[in-house]
Amino acid sequence: MTQDEVKKIVLDIIADIAPDEDLSQLKPDVRLRDQMQLDSMDFLDIVMELRKRHGIEVPEADYLKLATLDSCGEYLAPKFTALAAKG
Amino acid sequence: MSLPRIVITGVGLTSPNGNSLAEYRGNLLAGVARISRTEIRYMGPLLAGVCTFDPLRYQKKKELRVGTRAGSIGIYCAREALADAGLTAEHLVKDRTGVFVGITEHGNVETENEIYAISKFGYDTKFWSHYHNPRTVANNPAGEISLSLGTTGPAYTIGAACAAGNMGLIHATQLLRLGEVDFAVCGGVSESIHTFGIYAGFKSQNALAHHEDPNRASRPFDKGRNGIVISEGGALYTLERLDDALRRGAKIYAEIAGYCVNSDASDYVLPNPTRQAECVRTALQRAAMSPADVHIVSTHATATPMGDIQECEAIRAVFGEGCPETWVNNTKSFIGHAMGAAGALELAGNLPSFSDLVVHPTINVDDLDPQCALPGLVLNQPRKVARVDTILNNSFGMLGINSTLIVRRYVG
Repeated sequence: MTQDEVKKIVLDIIADIAPDEDLSQLKPDVRLRDQMQLDSMDFLDIVMELRKRHGIEVPEADYLKLATLDSCGEYLAPKFTALAAKG
Repeated sequence: MSLPRIVITGVGLTSPNGNSLAEYRGNLLAGVARISRTEIRYMGPLLAGVCTFDPLRYQKKKELRVGTRAGSIGIYCAREALADAGLTAEHLVKDRTGVFVGITEHGNVETENEIYAISKFGYDTKFWSHYHNPRTVANNPAGEISLSLGTTGPAYTIGAACAAGNMGLIHATQLLRLGEVDFAVCGGVSESIHTFGIYAGFKSQNALAHHEDPNRASRPFDKGRNGIVISEGGALYTLERLDDALRRGAKIYAEIAGYCVNSDASDYVLPNPTRQAECVRTALQRAAMSPADVHIVSTHATATPMGDIQECEAIRAVFGEGCPETWVNNTKSFIGHAMGAAGALELAGNLPSFSDLVVHPTINVDDLDPQCALPGLVLNQPRKVARVDTILNNSFGMLGINSTLIVRRYVG
């Protein structure tokens, strides 16, 4: 899975957990929290939805790696690829 | 000791048959019940009173996703009550405003939802929502209201089974009199139709109503009654000390005249008419009234075979035959049993009688149970009466909690 595909997955999750936000102008290299209202509970929603929808686990120590859309792509793409390889 | 006089200055509500006092009252006078058949998890289609207010009127989509249905009902009712009182949240002195919300229960809905959700993942609790605790803490509905209004005074719920709707108003009255708050948003809410557990519990107790016509299912005092129709809903009021209300030129719906809360101490579920009668008598005594001074008795009766008879026994013991101007009605026949909201909604449905002098009826009584044949029962059709100066509202609940609230027409 490409990083762009992963970013689309994350964006779909964010759209569900922040349904009042306009996400069209989100900059991929800027911290999500600096561009939209996203508190710590919302952030946990992203982690939970990755787990529920895609079977992806993000340990607490790695939470900072989900700070921007770009970093999500970088961090999560190998996980998605590994999961796909497992079948 | 002379206590400050407390008045009702605003009403906000959602009930199955109305999302404003005007719509609700109109339907109570027109005989319009609104009960539907809805899918209950694990149980199939069952009768429920469903509210149709627009939650997005006062909440964002994200708040709806994070919060609870009870919170949403509470926010709608609180905002509507404030608007009715001629106020917005910006007018409130934040730290002097209290929010007191009666609930029958809270948290069943959210816990059931989580258990259902993790059942899709082999009951692995790592899929359990981090929102479960803020959704299920007992103060949730009141807390969501304080978040919405930005009020920083006390905000909590009062758990009192189905006596809770009255309790919100009673507690607010007490804190206003103590000077703990200067303004209160109070009443009761319920989201109970969203929990299968309450349905299953009443079903196991043989206390769940059934009828092929949903609007005919809730039939207190009728011989053919067979149990409770569960409903969601809410009614919240703004309460103020009279001098504050007069100072700001507020519209005054009614004045709190008296109240009582007591306990049966006799059974988990069976009501106790002796204690109920004591509750009513004590409320009258505190209001310095005799039974004949009451013009409307708004009954709690839920349409269970035994409960209705026992409440009628209590009312008969207090009011007897010597109260020719006392009329008796029941609102659950229209909207079902709104649990924590029941008492607050039932009071609201009767408040307009102070101005229109019409007593709304108890509908669905085709064959009056002789054991429920109280003098003054207003059956099936509204009744125009000569005087309505006092309304007595009964709400009783499991574990033997009784509440009676008396309000009177405000006279300056």
